[in-house]
Amino acid sequence: MIDPRPSDIIDHFADIIRAAAGHKSPLRIRSGGSKDFYGSRIAGQKDCRILDATAYAGIVDYEPTELVVTVRAGTLLTELEMELRKHDQMLAFEPPHFGSAATLGGCVATGLSGPRRAFAGAVRDFVLGVRMLDGRGDDLSFGGQVMKNVAGYDVSRLMTGSMGTLGLLLEVSLKVLPLPAMEMTLRMSMKEAEAISKMNLWAGKPLPVSATCFCNDELTFRLSGAEPAVRAAHAKLGGEEIVEGVSFWESVREQTHAFFQSQKSLWRLSIKSTTPPLSLPGKQLIEWGGALRWYASDADVDAKAVRGGAANAGGHATLFRSPDLCATVFHPLAPEVMKIHQRLKEKFDPMGILNPGRMYPEL
Amino acid sequence: MNSFELVTKLRTFLPTEAVLHETEDLRPYECDGLSAYRQTPMIVALPQTENEVAEILRICHAAKIPVVARGAGTGLSGGALPHAEGVLLSLAKLKRILDVDPAARTARVQPGVRNLAISEAAVPYGLYYAPDPSSQIACSIGGNVAENSGGVHCLKYGLTVHNILKLRVVTIDGKILEIGGEGMDSPGYDLLALMTGSEGMLGVVTEVTVKLTPRPEKAQVVMAAFDDIRKAGDAVANVIGAGIIPAGMEMMDKITTHAVEEYVHAGYNLDAAAILLCESDGAVEEVAEEIQRINEIMNKSGAAEIRTSHDEAERLRFWAGRKAAFPAAGRVSPDYYCMDGTIPRKRLANVLSGIEALSAEYGLRCMNVFHAGDGNLHPLILYDANRPGELELTEEFGAKILQMCIEAGGTITGEHGVGIEKINQMCSQFKTKELETFHAVKAAFDPDGLLNPGKAVPTLRRCAEHGAMHVHRGEEKFAELPRF
Repeated sequence: MIDPRPSDIIDHFADIIRAAAGHKSPLRIRSGGSKDFYGSRIAGQKDCRILDATAYAGIVDYEPTELVVTVRAGTLLTELEMELRKHDQMLAFEPPHFGSAATLGGCVATGLSGPRRAFAGAVRDFVLGVRMLDGRGDDLSFGGQVMKNVAGYDVSRLMTGSMGTLGLLLEVSLKVLPLPAMEMTLRMSMKEAEAISKMNLWAGKPLPVSATCFCNDELTFRLSGAEPAVRAAHAKLGGEEIVEGVSFWESVREQTHAFFQSQKSLWRLSIKSTTPPLSLPGKQLIEWGGALRWYASDADVDAKAVRGGAANAGGHATLFRSPDLCATVFHPLAPEVMKIHQRLKEKFDPMGILNPGRMYPEL
Repeated sequence: MNSFELVTKLRTFLPTEAVLHETEDLRPYECDGLSAYRQTPMIVALPQTENEVAEILRICHAAKIPVVARGAGTGLSGGALPHAEGVLLSLAKLKRILDVDPAARTARVQPGVRNLAISEAAVPYGLYYAPDPSSQIACSIGGNVAENSGGVHCLKYGLTVHNILKLRVVTIDGKILEIGGEGMDSPGYDLLALMTGSEGMLGVVTEVTVKLTPRPEKAQVVMAAFDDIRKAGDAVANVIGAGIIPAGMEMMDKITTHAVEEYVHAGYNLDAAAILLCESDGAVEEVAEEIQRINEIMNKSGAAEIRTSHDEAERLRFWAGRKAAFPAAGRVSPDYYCMDGTIPRKRLANVLSGIEALSAEYGLRCMNVFHAGDGNLHPLILYDANRPGELELTEEFGAKILQMCIEAGGTITGEHGVGIEKINQMCSQFKTKELETFHAVKAAFDPDGLLNPGKAVPTLRRCAEHGAMHVHRGEEKFAELPRF
């Protein structure tokens, strides 16, 4: 499963980082490029050197009965998922790929999770350990290959979702879970407010709901688990069975669903799940039991109003896709919180060369 | 600023009885659950509000006085050991449950609220707070956040880091940070994860929003006895290989079974080399199916005896022995020394035979209890501190066990934390550059190093010798608490 001479590849990466640090010239970390659209534009992107991280690929260690897999960051997400599937296991956070070239490194660096997230956990919940190069090119390991580990600060999770601004991921150890014995997708018609309260009501009961999606006055949901449990829950909850369930959830996860097509801008609002319908001009799709609201609009959108609405609902808004490459993507941080971010960035990447500005201009 | 000046200053905004400085008043705070290490602080402060916490920190920051935060003081690694020239900041008076939101399945609580009290407050809504460390009757949620506490159900339900949404944190300079949010993620770096398990080194938690989980309809446990520890280890792998995530999966070796059976009469098979407890919870239909499959797997894995709990009383009886392992160790030996390594489960048999060999080499008995589902091993070395030299031998034995855990690809602490106890072993687990990164993280929050100095991350200078947790007869704090 392993390419020969992996240490040469790491040395090569470290040399690139050290040289960039020496010249204080920014690097753009990139593998498959499937998530190029995501995040802010890197400062000086035009003449910014690309650090292609795809070469360091392969599954290092996988022991299905340990529920742990250690993977090089350049490994294709599809390849990893295929290997897990052979052993009836999965990445329970159901990551979006956004293209066949997606790698595990990009998946962890962006920290994006799919439909099962509300019920199984996010990428960060499954990250057990990382090996990385920091902004000095130092080869560091944090966490480990075991489920419980409280030795040292949780740098592995800090790296997750940090958009490559703190270091280059080399290897990631992840907890994996068994594939459910059975999955069933069901649908029922209802209005938005009713759907929100229903999704929250279900989440408060011991039911095997594993995904929810509300769009166009239809609530689609998935049950996962042992067959008797899925059947019993279906009997309790009702709904009409959808045969093309697998492709439906894939379309939501990969944003190939009709909702996501041909819009000017797509916003991602991560908010308190019980928030009543948000009144925003345009259309919305709701996931994660009410906690994730996708908002798409063809017209110009008042970013302040969107962010304000999300903040009032206990959360934040991300400009997920936009034709305006200079727009602010991520929700502004409180000054005191930003100060901590800046200090962390300074420590991990003293020359400020790793993906500068991809997350915030200050980082 | 001397002690007298500080007391005076603190008493300008704290009631007289909330600032302690007389030796007899300080004594109760001299140690946490790890009583081998003791130190009276210069002052104990007992704020009642977040503002008071912030003001205390501002004063200490300005005067460069160390601050050690303390919750219920039940920690097992000396994380709340006071600093001789510092303030021991007790969060015990911040103990209000501020809000339970049954629809959103969350509770907003102050740090001094006991872990179990949260679950109790959620009972009317059919919800509970999932992480259940063995000390849950007494330990506080603030301490749980500091240690990233787990419990016997964490393979299925996660650790503290998986079950909290938001924190309010006061930094050493008295600024208030809101970390996380009411949604499922937050913008920027994952400071929520960084704070969790940071052992009071980065900030003082003044409010925690936790996730609540629906109570399962039913729980049932299978108890299987094996004549070979390797078979028991294989059985664990077979259960997980079959796609089952048990709600709890615990193993005990023979010496443990004998020690606890005498104590709780759970009906364990005394001929067995290992006893495995495997619990299923969830919907009634789900549990019925899973229990049947677990039975089949135990059978195929060569269990000598298999029993399934038929009612709640029997389920609790099967568990009673496992939960009594620590007190039982205290009964069969004058002293015991608890380790907290985690290993990849496939290395269990090798690590256990390694421990057995060390046990023979040192002439010291060792009981092994194991959170088998997640690889967290608690060897309890039995010794007698009154015999000259035995304590030193025990320490050496323990250090070798931790070294073995690291070599097996594991870690020196699965759930008890580094604190002061395992500070030296951190040098074995991490390289210099990694320890430097930890110091850098610390400095990003607390540049002067005033919060809990000397804990969790060793100075590079210190990386030399080895220490560990000891419990001496009659000296164990919270001896009444279950420990597993």
